[in-house]
Amino acid sequence: MKELARIVVFAVAVGLLPFVTSSGVVLNLVIMILYAALLGQAWNILAGFGGQFSFGHAVFFGTGAYAAAVLQTGFGWNAWLTLPAALAAGAAVGAFIGALCFRYGLRGSYFALVTLAFAEVFRILANNVPFTGAGVGLMVKLATGAAHFQFADKAGYLYVMLAFVVTGLGLSAWLKHSRYGAWLQAVRDNESSAAALGVNVFRVKLAAIVLSGALTAAAGVFYVQYFQYIDPGLAYGPSVSIEALLGPIVGGLGTVWGPVLGAAALQILGNATRSLFAGTPGVSLMLYGALLVLMIMFLPQGLIGLARPSARAREKDRAATPAAAPSDGSAAAAATRDGPPA
Amino acid sequence: MSNYNNLKRRQFLINTAAFAASAAVPLGARGQPAGVKVGILHPVSGFLAYSGNLSRMGAQLAIDDINAAGGIASLGGAKLQAVLGDAQSKPEIGAAEVERLNGEGVSAIVGAYASAICFATTQAAAKYNIPHVVDVGVADQIVQRGLKNVFRFSPGYKLIAETAVNWLHLLNTLARRPASRVMIIHEESLFGTGTATLLSTELPQLGFKVVDVIKHANPTRDFNNIVLRIKAANPDIVIPANYYNEYALLVRTMKQQNVAPKAIYSVLGGAASSYKFVKEYADAANGVLDVNHWFNPKDKRAWALKARVDAMKDQFFTYEVFLNYQAVELLADAIERARSPKREDIMQALGESTWSKHFMPYGPTRFVDGQNQGAQPLMMQVLKNDIRVVFPNTYSEAEPVYPWKA
Amino acid sequence: MLELSVLFPSILNGLTTGAVYALIALGLTLVYGVLHIINFAHGAALMIALYGVYYLHERAGIDPYLSLPIMVPAMFAGGYLLYRFVIGKAGHGKDENILLVTLGISIFLENLALALWKSDTRSIETSYTFSTVAIGPAMIAVPKLVACAGALAAAAILLGVVHGTDLGRAIRACARERQGARLVGIDVAHVFAMSFGIGLACLGAAACFLLPAYYVNPQVGNGFVLIAFTIVVLGGMGSFAGALVGGLLIGVVESVCGLWLGESLGQIGIFVIFIAVLLFRPQGLFGAKT
Repeated sequence: MKELARIVVFAVAVGLLPFVTSSGVVLNLVIMILYAALLGQAWNILAGFGGQFSFGHAVFFGTGAYAAAVLQTGFGWNAWLTLPAALAAGAAVGAFIGALCFRYGLRGSYFALVTLAFAEVFRILANNVPFTGAGVGLMVKLATGAAHFQFADKAGYLYVMLAFVVTGLGLSAWLKHSRYGAWLQAVRDNESSAAALGVNVFRVKLAAIVLSGALTAAAGVFYVQYFQYIDPGLAYGPSVSIEALLGPIVGGLGTVWGPVLGAAALQILGNATRSLFAGTPGVSLMLYGALLVLMIMFLPQGLIGLARPSARAREKDRAATPAAAPSDGSAAAAATRDGPPA
Repeated sequence: MSNYNNLKRRQFLINTAAFAASAAVPLGARGQPAGVKVGILHPVSGFLAYSGNLSRMGAQLAIDDINAAGGIASLGGAKLQAVLGDAQSKPEIGAAEVERLNGEGVSAIVGAYASAICFATTQAAAKYNIPHVVDVGVADQIVQRGLKNVFRFSPGYKLIAETAVNWLHLLNTLARRPASRVMIIHEESLFGTGTATLLSTELPQLGFKVVDVIKHANPTRDFNNIVLRIKAANPDIVIPANYYNEYALLVRTMKQQNVAPKAIYSVLGGAASSYKFVKEYADAANGVLDVNHWFNPKDKRAWALKARVDAMKDQFFTYEVFLNYQAVELLADAIERARSPKREDIMQALGESTWSKHFMPYGPTRFVDGQNQGAQPLMMQVLKNDIRVVFPNTYSEAEPVYPWKA
Repeated sequence: MLELSVLFPSILNGLTTGAVYALIALGLTLVYGVLHIINFAHGAALMIALYGVYYLHERAGIDPYLSLPIMVPAMFAGGYLLYRFVIGKAGHGKDENILLVTLGISIFLENLALALWKSDTRSIETSYTFSTVAIGPAMIAVPKLVACAGALAAAAILLGVVHGTDLGRAIRACARERQGARLVGIDVAHVFAMSFGIGLACLGAAACFLLPAYYVNPQVGNGFVLIAFTIVVLGGMGSFAGALVGGLLIGVVESVCGLWLGESLGQIGIFVIFIAVLLFRPQGLFGAKT
């Protein structure tokens, strides 16, 4: 299995890092890349493989984060034990949203917008409910030690995130090559044909969102353990939702390595622009935004397109035809559900 | 003294040139004593950009002044070197910037304005034993976590809220109790909610009735409904605790709707003790009381600094500016006494600090668990289009006008 | 808390606030209805327009309402060029790419504003800033009443353009059936750019009406994006009448929920409606059922 070999090589390479360098900057960067990659992988399961774009993935992230924070501060749970609870919570929220939305046949941009609305609803609720600490947020007590899921040095965090990302890679590879994955991708490519072929579209999509929700919740737990503080804006705000979708799209939608590549590229880009232009506020982010646009302009398949000559050739053909307009019928355009301008 | 804008441009060019030349030029090959690098970390972009930029300006001004006066004498005149960081209004970016500042070898960090960001930056700095002077960050948890590298010169919101309550009681009693019903309007995040909770618990104990507590979002686009509720409830005193934009909108709307309580008594009011607000909304601002960070009005150096800031284009002498200015001076004094640019030495010197050459109403510095014990807010009132300290008597410049007749 | 003396002004306030929301949503619904793209840069574009109105007032002394003839064409031009040379080019026809492009543009614009004009919140004061008009027990601010009228006028103009002009016909054709439109000789790329331009022109108008009652800083757009999306969905993507009615409705919902549940929790009303509409009537109030 070529894919498995690649994953192992990746795991070993990253795993050796703490032995090769003790630079806080590098280690923190790698940890944040892994964190962003995890968010992206989770999003990619639903959007890249499943074709259901979500603009509100923070709803799962925040749930995982609050699960970890509330269980520790309110109920004295050990941090590690909150992890399975958070995964379950993320899965449950996924099941709830999925059941509701897929039951009513929401697709494309409608689905995307409804997830955005859910994230906002959760944020507003978190702000007004006492057990989340409301606006004040929750702070997890400082208790350094592996037993408390708070490591004295960065290597510990790196290995935990590496484990998650490798799991994500494994899941993505499985989706690429398994029967369930084939069903999921069939639903993505053409839902009605898939249904006609006997795929249980509802169950397939539901499973994807549950999986995606659980994995995103894991990222939430990591955030709380690494930064020790969570509040409604950090948990459910648009920042995380955007971070989740940027990586996979930049790296390559619906691919195994896309989210990781995209996360790496964006984090390095962010770091570089910040250190180059610390003096004048806004310039570093201007550059980031501009480079993002340029990246999409020249790499429409994502970074993965650089590694795939056949994809590049196909893209050249498409660009040669005289149409600089958006296409019809791609996954995110619910053409059948629009009314004409009144 | 150079104009701030020229300085910014110079800093930008220096950053770019340094980056370009760093590969070619060997470091430190001159006869001067090596500089002491100080990380200046604030949210200068993102939704906190306004406060972040003022904070950075205040810190930078202090560094320039200290260097102009000869730098750190005990280190042979070594200059302070600002290493700027942008937390982009996000805790995780703040933490990443601390990693970068550590990589650049800073001896200390001053920042990061917002409490949520401070939680992340103080902790990240603790891993490298970097002393972190907290400029504003009013959440008490910042100094109660047991981190040995944290030093907050200014007060936290618990002290400010309790002081505000006591002073309101005093003010009211001295005026023969014209008010008893209060209404709290606060923003929904950490400082607003925390302050409001404290006020709601303490005020009734002193005989005030809290008729309503209204929490609002950040940002709130329209205050008409809230003002309607104020009108309906008709409190004697309205107590706002929110950020600049919302505070300004609230006060403007109250004026529009002719809602004029006996007093607007803010606690950490976002715009109340802001020269920008007073300049732009003189009509609506007059009479507003505020318990907030402030400088000692009897100290000439504060006024001298204010004059310089006023002379800069579009700059105002806000709490972000003078608190950061003082935070850097506190640090410089510690470096001076430590006689060393090493982190542990500076941390020790900060812990033992008795610095009193500041222009804040704090008395000699004394840190216990990272909190300066002498720190306290002052009560100000906008009178005749200017902000004057009205309480306590040791520092007051004018008599409070309470209740306020519109 | 829900006595008529409070409820009635609250509803009126909601209507006037909703009118401004409607103005902002009008442009978004056109862009969505025709180009099928979710424009993440809508908030940033509003912010740029607000700065335009601000500086026209500060530097040239032009009253915000009088700057309509400057702002609307300027924003139209900006939108046309932005679509023609950036979004259309970079999108490559894939929706997720267009999404990222608008996201990138929004980050770029917000920080451009920060770098150029700093982070200070700016507002203008005109002779009518503090004037109010009494309607029953309610005191409605004059700038907001004018915004109401502006929204109605803008919706009417847009309806006129789309139904009465050749361009409008072309726009409707492209929205309905892209390939077909191309086949009958319509320059689709040009029509899309025109539509995007019109969408941004609406923001130019919205900014003229919004600034007297509000303020501007680089992040100001973010507060309106979600509400604009909600209104577009509620009214029906692509429907101007829907955006108008939806805006007014959302304004009232926000106002009344704020009274009933508190200003912070009350925001939930908007999104609950958003979700309910998407689930049970995704074509919105005025969208055609297909």
